[in-house]
Amino acid sequence: MSTQNRSYHRYLPHTDADVARMLEVIGVPSVQALFAELIPPPIQLKRPLDLPPALDEAALLEHLSELAQQNQTVGRTTFLGAGVHPHTIQSAVDMLLMRSELYTAYTPYQPEISQGTLQIVFEYQTMVAELFGLGLANASMYDGSTAAAEAVLMARRLSGRKRALASLGLHPEYRQVVSTYLHGLDAELESVPLTADGRTDLAALAERLGNDVGSVVVQVPNFFGVIEDVRAVAQAAHAAGALAIAVVAEPLALGLLAPPGALGADIAVGEGIGLAIPPSLGGPGLGLFAARDQPDFRKALPGRLVGETVDKQGRRGYVLTLATREQHIRRERATSNICTNTGLVATAFTIHMSMLGRRGFRELAHLCYAKGQYARDAVCALPGFEPRFSGPSFAEFAVRVPGGDADRVARRALERGVLAGVACGRWEAAYKDTLLINPSEAHRKADLDRLAVTLAEVAR
Amino acid sequence: MSSRPIETSGPLHHDPPIFELGAPGRSGASLPALDVPARDPRLALPAHLVRAQDPGLPEVSEVEATRHYTRLSRFNYGIDIGLYPLGSCTMKYNPKINERAARLPGFAALHPATPESHLQGALALMYALERALCEITGLTRATLQPAAGAHGELAGLMMIRAWHRERGRRPHKVLIPDSAHGTNPASSTLNGFTTLALPTGPRGTLEVDAVRAACAAARDDVAGIMITNPSTLGLFEEKIDEIAAVVHAAGGLVYMDGANLNALLGRFRPGDHGVDCLHINLHKTFTTPHGGGGPGAGPVAVGKVLEPFLPVPLIERTQSGYRLDSDRPHTIGRVRAFLGNFGMHVRAYTYLRDMGAAGLARASELAVLNANYIRAQLTPVYGLPFDRPCMHEVVLSDRKLERETGVKTLDVAKRLMDYGFHPPTIYFPLPQVLGGAGALMIEPTETETPETLDQFCAAMSAIWREAHETPELVKGAPHETPLARLDETRAARKPKLRWTPGKE
Repeated sequence: MSTQNRSYHRYLPHTDADVARMLEVIGVPSVQALFAELIPPPIQLKRPLDLPPALDEAALLEHLSELAQQNQTVGRTTFLGAGVHPHTIQSAVDMLLMRSELYTAYTPYQPEISQGTLQIVFEYQTMVAELFGLGLANASMYDGSTAAAEAVLMARRLSGRKRALASLGLHPEYRQVVSTYLHGLDAELESVPLTADGRTDLAALAERLGNDVGSVVVQVPNFFGVIEDVRAVAQAAHAAGALAIAVVAEPLALGLLAPPGALGADIAVGEGIGLAIPPSLGGPGLGLFAARDQPDFRKALPGRLVGETVDKQGRRGYVLTLATREQHIRRERATSNICTNTGLVATAFTIHMSMLGRRGFRELAHLCYAKGQYARDAVCALPGFEPRFSGPSFAEFAVRVPGGDADRVARRALERGVLAGVACGRWEAAYKDTLLINPSEAHRKADLDRLAVTLAEVAR
Repeated sequence: MSSRPIETSGPLHHDPPIFELGAPGRSGASLPALDVPARDPRLALPAHLVRAQDPGLPEVSEVEATRHYTRLSRFNYGIDIGLYPLGSCTMKYNPKINERAARLPGFAALHPATPESHLQGALALMYALERALCEITGLTRATLQPAAGAHGELAGLMMIRAWHRERGRRPHKVLIPDSAHGTNPASSTLNGFTTLALPTGPRGTLEVDAVRAACAAARDDVAGIMITNPSTLGLFEEKIDEIAAVVHAAGGLVYMDGANLNALLGRFRPGDHGVDCLHINLHKTFTTPHGGGGPGAGPVAVGKVLEPFLPVPLIERTQSGYRLDSDRPHTIGRVRAFLGNFGMHVRAYTYLRDMGAAGLARASELAVLNANYIRAQLTPVYGLPFDRPCMHEVVLSDRKLERETGVKTLDVAKRLMDYGFHPPTIYFPLPQVLGGAGALMIEPTETETPETLDQFCAAMSAIWREAHETPELVKGAPHETPLARLDETRAARKPKLRWTPGKE
């Protein structure tokens, strides 16, 4: 066996006597001899891998803690959103996620011993469908951006049309991801500009629509926090025979806003991380995916689905179903290549949403709305600050900073211990003057006041 | 009084959907008081944009929700309960220190829009993980952005496609063995490629001549090959150098599906043998938990030729620290928002530092030893489609069993549950690869003791005997699980994909 300074490792149970006995059963003299039959010796690696040394439990935790401490967070004076909108997750959620029956299981291919995962996903599908006001939801995608890309591809399959339009209010990184996916199919994502109030320009949309457009993507609230009129966009799309796709990067807003399905969206996707787990640098995420429930949509849907059925004795149970859409059956003709999704984050979302419940979800949405409006009023009252767009917002909002350099304002605020927001110039030079600020229930009034005071000081 | 019927089986065996629990008006939320003026959205928004009716979420206390999900968890089988020999999934022990590491506040609380200056620890960790994956695979750079193996395949094929375009070529064909995961052809389609299936040779591996013939048939239209090594039959593709040379000569590149990398650590580096691009499932080889179906992570490592095309951003090390580099003119772009599944990167890095080079090499040796130990014990009983030593997994065939008893692979799998084991992967590789036989693909992994493997082999042998003596017992399995065999046909014919109120 390989040399190491100890002859055992905690995850590797084999003693020398075990190995000797097993080799005898197999009928080879040594592990080297076994490998010589498998990998031709001339192409075997002849040296140890050059990796950092192994660490014991205590040293490893110390090393990781040091790395973690090199990251600096500022607690409640963080106002970062821009696609990841953190909320307080109750302790019970993570405690339940630590049940190893949940996190050490895999895709529930064997339903008789996977009813836990299957029922949770069934409940999850129900909640996602309810949130979006659509009949059908899958068992999750990787994150909001890839869910948006899959939605555009699904619309291509359904419509047979190749062009796809997306509002410039769609998250810039989502637009990049959708574009990357479309490049693979020799297609482009075309943009629709915003009007001065920050909403998708319906006149420009009408100009770009045609009988070759398969889908129109609109985010709500959009990247700049502006609440779009999904109904108007969907009506325009439908009039041209295209599908309307709504993207909801902050699904809490749906505690207060009409669900996209009720406004005419055919497919709705979103990012559920903020209602499931801590932000974790944005990953793992949770790609929410819902669509109208009709036969052609069911056939075109990407990803896994759990359905209710009965066992041989007639008792209610759950199984993976309608798998003939999927890669492991349909191979090159599958609706998507997705296999592993984000089951455990979906589980966290399901548990957290259960605990919030009807009342909690609505109240939390109204809390964040009130905090967002308070902060927006306070910041926009500061000299030189003004709303970047005049349209209504939910919690997150965009301001134009005095002097026109939002990055400088953000950096100076950080020197005072406030992560005031995301400077949008990192995505597009045209938005160099724009700071995106995301208040939530985690911020007390004093935190919002400190944000305003700090911005006033650093912009001076 | 509740109208719910009293269940004689009780919560040990089932719990109704959470929507059937609780009471109107109940909530398990813990929310702060409103300390700013309340605002009415109806004053700012047109009526049609305001939600008229609450979504149909549960109405339960935290206690009820906790009990419900604890009960549901008990209806699951997980690695921490016992052997989970799902072939090609590498269900090895998920170290607990990984979970603790990912939950350190300095990692978990990080927002992706945090300035680089405040992310130095995270970037250092991701950079170190990238370097380690490159050393292990023999490739030069890696992106950590893909969120799963199939996502990595997509990114890898996009890079291959971009490489061809850069050279003014637009080839359409990707060679894929018939034993490959379904994700391979599906990922090809997403790139506008068509698939050329390569037959499995008589020894269970790819034949160089078959690859040569496919390249010749495709003429100048070969984008590349997707090869899984070891293959899904658990066999090492020993002609990898020649196969790579043939594909390169035909103008294509070599993509390797790294799903089975757990067999190779410290023993074989694909990048040294013609592989240009490879994805690594951190949730397989590097112990990040499978989570009941994810999240995983699928970093893609590449050789020099594909470096310019990697997704952005990449992490660069400079004299003053780490930074994110998005200024890469030939990049395929982003395949995911933000930086990938960072929580999984932390876990995989933790595992790498727990094992070190010697520990990883020993893990692969023991994974192969364990699989061959099962092979040696079960071959005389079940028979192998390709009778030769295997790598990290062994594929049994149900041909003899079915001919003698009428019992099928599915029945064996279900009966294994009664013996306390999760079944292997079944009917994969596909029957056409095994001459019509059903496959039982067993991957024990290195973290299992020989005692456990002995028990598993004893159960498999007992099922063999049962199939001959009392076949109905096996065909009717499982008998000891909370539910009996489920009606999957009914689920597909009359799909019920969400809970709805009404009679239950």
